[in-house]
Amino acid sequence: MELLNSSLIDWSRAQFAMTAGYHWLFVPLTLGLGVIMSIMETIYVRTGDEAWKKTAKFWQTIFGINFAIGVATGIILEFQFGTNWSNYSWFVGDIFGAPLAIEGIVAFFLEATFISIMFFGWNRVSKKAHLTATWLTITGATLSAYWILVANAWMQYPVGMEFNPDTVRNEMVDFWALISSPVAINKFFHTVLSGWGLGASFAVGIGAWYLLKKRDVDFALKSIKVGAIFGLVSFVFLAVTGDGSGYHVAQKQPMKLAAMEGLYEGQHGAGLVALGMLNPAKKSYNDDVNPYIFKIELPKLLSLMGYRDANAFVPGVKDIVDGGFPVKSGETPLSFEAKKEKGKKAVKALANFQTVKKEGRDTSEYEQALKENYAYFGYGYLDKPEDIVPNVPLTFYSFHLMVMIGLYFILMFAIVWYYHGKKKMETTRWLQYVALWSIPLAYLAGQFGWIVAEVGRQPWTIQDVLPVNAAVSGLATGNVVITFMLFVLLFTALLIAEITIMVKQIKKGPEL
Amino acid sequence: MITYSFLQHYWWFIISLLGGLLVFLLFVQGGQSMIGSLAKNEDEKRLVINALGRKWEYTFTTLVTFGGAFFASFPLFYSTSFGGAYWVWMLLLFCFVLQAVSYEFQTKPGNIYGKNTYRTFLFINGVLGTFLLGAAVATFFTGSEFSVNKGNIAGLGVAGPVISQWENPLHGLEALFNLRNWMLGFAVLFLARTLASLFFVARLDHDALVERARKYTLFNGVPFVVFFLIFLIWTLFAEGFAVDVNTKVVSMESMKYLNNLLQMPVVLIFFLLGVVAVLYGIIATVFKSGFKKGIWFAGIGTVITVTMLLLVAGYNGTAYYPSTADLQSSLTIQNSSSSEFTLKAMSIVSLIVPFVLAYIFYAWRALEKKRLSLEDLNTDSHSY
Repeated sequence: MELLNSSLIDWSRAQFAMTAGYHWLFVPLTLGLGVIMSIMETIYVRTGDEAWKKTAKFWQTIFGINFAIGVATGIILEFQFGTNWSNYSWFVGDIFGAPLAIEGIVAFFLEATFISIMFFGWNRVSKKAHLTATWLTITGATLSAYWILVANAWMQYPVGMEFNPDTVRNEMVDFWALISSPVAINKFFHTVLSGWGLGASFAVGIGAWYLLKKRDVDFALKSIKVGAIFGLVSFVFLAVTGDGSGYHVAQKQPMKLAAMEGLYEGQHGAGLVALGMLNPAKKSYNDDVNPYIFKIELPKLLSLMGYRDANAFVPGVKDIVDGGFPVKSGETPLSFEAKKEKGKKAVKALANFQTVKKEGRDTSEYEQALKENYAYFGYGYLDKPEDIVPNVPLTFYSFHLMVMIGLYFILMFAIVWYYHGKKKMETTRWLQYVALWSIPLAYLAGQFGWIVAEVGRQPWTIQDVLPVNAAVSGLATGNVVITFMLFVLLFTALLIAEITIMVKQIKKGPEL
Repeated sequence: MITYSFLQHYWWFIISLLGGLLVFLLFVQGGQSMIGSLAKNEDEKRLVINALGRKWEYTFTTLVTFGGAFFASFPLFYSTSFGGAYWVWMLLLFCFVLQAVSYEFQTKPGNIYGKNTYRTFLFINGVLGTFLLGAAVATFFTGSEFSVNKGNIAGLGVAGPVISQWENPLHGLEALFNLRNWMLGFAVLFLARTLASLFFVARLDHDALVERARKYTLFNGVPFVVFFLIFLIWTLFAEGFAVDVNTKVVSMESMKYLNNLLQMPVVLIFFLLGVVAVLYGIIATVFKSGFKKGIWFAGIGTVITVTMLLLVAGYNGTAYYPSTADLQSSLTIQNSSSSEFTLKAMSIVSLIVPFVLAYIFYAWRALEKKRLSLEDLNTDSHSY
């Protein structure tokens, strides 16, 4: 049987990436529209204005269409940890499984239960009970985001665990550390805010479409009003949490930061690339080709973001491979080769531990060796320095496009808010077009964000502990290729159906 | 006294209970498998779909939670079974993906594939989803072909770093070569259809459909009982996978599952009560014309029976996920569970479950004060 060749790993990664990418087309809209429709219904309950009720109900219909397909793509993700990353599931399941289970118990049931009251309860429960149900639906969705992001953040920055050589896995020793990890909290806010921003851009963009068509004007302006302020606030805080992410990445995943910035040679007082183009001629981290065709930098900003110190040293790809660069703590970072050696020692110690334990002999020597080298366990599965370098162009461009789109939206929402306040939104056609055609940008930004987070951390499933080639299930590649194709076809077909249904529903309008 | 062993047993109980709830909630799938036969015209189809459509998310969420809880409490099962019996689980997931969009999309304008496509999706999910789940659970008693060697990850094995190796290239489809797996697959399919019939009797305000559903209770109840009895008797008298509590050695024991029932009288009593409740629900519905509460008896009976059956698979020194390829690789609640710390943390979280059940109960009551009629579909502002 064909085992663990690189094509199996690539296809398994592709399958996960494809499913996650599809899932993330629908989740952010759920998160964003969920809050928007809840705010609208709150206004309705407070004012008794039937027009707000219709507005809220319209967005709830859109929410429902989108929700169904989000659910469909989500279930595959959960089970894929087992089906395609079976080693991973055992090696860290003791920690990783818990947030997934809690997500089901505390979040999904909340969502599933109250969404039915939201849809079917208009004539069956009181106004206030209905409003509560609407808020609880989106609370459930948001909580589910929290738990899955706790799980994801833990992969990027493993905390609260200890390796147990008896059971050959990492075991949880501190649940609180897991759920209150600063990386998790920041990731949660950044990710949920990106959903809010997308939802806002959707509401404003569709509102603008109605204005362009000169129909349902009151409804459109209501949607734009709520969407614009919600979007502006979201994107401002996205920038704040984005800065927080940058700081965490610099501390915990310096290689990812180097890839995001295309930084090969580290420097003190490093600048942040505002605009740049990578040189496709650069083939390896240590050839002497200039990595940039051109770049415009904001001086010192990368050092400031990553280390809260304008003159701090930011290591580049080459520094991280070679080790020995200056760090604040005064320690000397190890080179890749040194880490690999320690990793191999750790893996070997585990093997010896297992063998000796079976024979009933003393294991303490190997336990000790394992403990000393465990921090680099995952490096034991790698060969060459290139293995720890993620795809730099993909990470670099995704990062910069995401940031540009984010900044663009702050500007756009501010302008829309201003024009709306001046009661000029209805007559300013160029802005209506801009708002409408900005919707795809919000989707792109979300996808780029996940590419940065996930491609930028390759080859690790668990940072420094488990690379993808030691995490994958032992399947023949053909199996994964077939399921990949099946799901691509199915998701694409469903996506097309979803879009056509939504377009029809939007054309039908809110029936004011 | 909360020991590691207690926690392992507690979590196997939770998994069993979730399994029981899931099988009960498969009435949604059962109903989907008979939209085209039970309902004779478009109005009836709509009513049936809408009655089911207000419940499908519970089944789906229970399935997801069942997966998550299994992962958290017995991760070695998650990695061994999902990564190994790849095709069974992937097909199962595939038909649940089909379901998730079908209610919402089928009658919406612009759905491009037409409503019959989505109804076909619901049918596929109804038949395949229940059958595959039954067949997969049957392997808890009949065994699968895998080996587990934790040393593999440290390079001790010859087959690369993967800990759990599936020893059959069909990756789970080989379960279909075992007739006993088919028996439980069919039993679950017909049970789901029986429960759906009982659900329609209880929920619908539509005389013709209710009368037909009563007949369907009989048509599906009889094959269910036959398939289930064949599976049950076969299993009780077959060899089972016993684990020596002290040495952890797995060996074959004749009539292991029958012994388990006899050695755990509480489980036996509840098992029998569950079976009686299911039978009463079916029989009373078929023979008493005004009786509409059959779903409650059969539903609760199903939860109890399935829970007990799964306890029999995992308690009393039994390997719940046995390997026929390498007996000593078989999974037990001891060798496949999470650490004591994780199980304890999860147990604290599980105290939330009664609150979850309470609000689910509230929601059902709030929405279902009266039976569902065609008129409701027009006045409820959201319908499928």
